[in-house]
Amino acid sequence: MVNYRPRDLDRVFATLSDPTRRAILARLAKAESLSISVLAEPFAITLPAVMKHLDVLGDAGLVTRSKQGRTVAVRLSPAPLRRATEWLRRYERFWSSALDRLAAQAEHKEAEARDAESGEARR
Amino acid sequence: MSGVTLVRRIAARPTIVFDLMTTAEGVASWWGPQDLPVVRAEVDARVGGAYRVHFRTLDGGEHEACGEFLEVVPPRRIVMSYRYTLGGEPGEEGRTSRIEVDLTPIADGTEVTLKHVDLRSEVSERSHTWGWSGALDKLVRHAATVDAEGRKT
Repeated sequence: MVNYRPRDLDRVFATLSDPTRRAILARLAKAESLSISVLAEPFAITLPAVMKHLDVLGDAGLVTRSKQGRTVAVRLSPAPLRRATEWLRRYERFWSSALDRLAAQAEHKEAEARDAESGEARR
Repeated sequence: MSGVTLVRRIAARPTIVFDLMTTAEGVASWWGPQDLPVVRAEVDARVGGAYRVHFRTLDGGEHEACGEFLEVVPPRRIVMSYRYTLGGEPGEEGRTSRIEVDLTPIADGTEVTLKHVDLRSEVSERSHTWGWSGALDKLVRHAATVDAEGRKT
């Protein structure tokens, strides 16, 4: 059973609410690890701004940074993302099951309505 | 700003689906995560009107969800606030989220799009850029393979 710590989840979702941070994570998901300068290349923002985003991502546990010689390698840290998705899945299951029953009820009522309509048409 | 979206095609006309979502009797016939009868439902489906649904889960849990209707457009759209006054999902206690339902007529019935949004959001943080959950899924799948490789070494 996964332990959902509300504060950790809040932090992950707040971190993901920014499009640049999501783009950074998407780039990291495709690569094993990237140096900060390579990571910053496609973004139309300054290197310090990228560093700030990396700080936020690091605080939420979504990336790790390690020094490799003169460069800093950034890696995706998947566990918090997985917990966040699992938490959302619970809602998905809730509504999926509810919608199954809604569909069954609606289709039953539709059949009743059609019977009534064809009865009226025959009269 | 996080949320989930579900799309379901139902072989019944929109008015029938709409009635099931906006009457106490209708809501009592399907609401909840498991196939258990709803204990009690009260629904006042007009803008500003309230609803309240008390249901149980198989683990013996008692839950009560409630909220207000924010938009009611028969038989097309329903928006309501959502919060638990009893039980509910861990980590969502005392928070208000939002449910948006759109009913689109299709050839043999209705396409229902249900979005449960603003989960875990602060009141001040109202974002219209919802819709990253698909991207998040991809990230997580990707991350899972990276993680599995990492463990092997």
